[in-house]
Amino acid sequence: MAVANYTKIEFLGKSANESFARSAAACFAAQLDPTLEELGDLKTAVSEAVTNCIVHAYPNEIGRIQMKCRIMGDDTFEVSIKDWGCGIEDIKKAMEPLFTTGGEDRSGMGFSIMECFMDTVKVKSKVGKGTTVTMKKKIARKKSR
Amino acid sequence: MKITGYCKQGVLTLNFNGELDHHSARAAMKALGERIDAFMPRECVLNFKELTFMDSSGIALILRADKRMKEIDGRLLVVNVPAQPMRVLDASGIDRLINISGK
Repeated sequence: MAVANYTKIEFLGKSANESFARSAAACFAAQLDPTLEELGDLKTAVSEAVTNCIVHAYPNEIGRIQMKCRIMGDDTFEVSIKDWGCGIEDIKKAMEPLFTTGGEDRSGMGFSIMECFMDTVKVKSKVGKGTTVTMKKKIARKKSR
Repeated sequence: MKITGYCKQGVLTLNFNGELDHHSARAAMKALGERIDAFMPRECVLNFKELTFMDSSGIALILRADKRMKEIDGRLLVVNVPAQPMRVLDASGIDRLINISGK
């Protein structure tokens, strides 16, 4: 599927940038004329993915995070969030509901929520190299609603 | 994220105003814990009416508040939950454990 539009943003893995990243993704997705619920779902999924980078990929440093948003010709919104952090040893385990290495502050529901709110979630990771989470969601056009 | 509240006849009401994410969760958890410890209420009401965004950080916060309230034989209610935070709570299944009501 051809890319109709895209943007790429890089920012530091500071927690203050969580709201920046989800708002930027939502602003870019707005041209697809999504419903409030669809926008909320995108924001939540991006927030979870970026938080994972900050909490897990870079536990002892503030690293780089790159977010790419693509709008495909079929009105699918694709967002990929990439870090160059520690990587995930066991992706299957990391994606299990309630599993977390983040202690009492975290719920272990991040990946479950991404999977629930987006159509597809793909995780690529290499220990010591980093992780890329790519998520897609088809946005229904208003006229067909 | 701003948390304001009052305690009346053993019911501690906490109003959440703003966005609850990983960035704001730590301060919110601290404020919540301090207020429960100060008032030792029999009931704690988290009023989410002005909560404009919440991700899974909010689930951890609610679970922790519930744990603390159970320790002091009290109960927790989450009320006036707007649509976006409600979708997160629904997805997590936490509504089976905690008393939650929508806006």
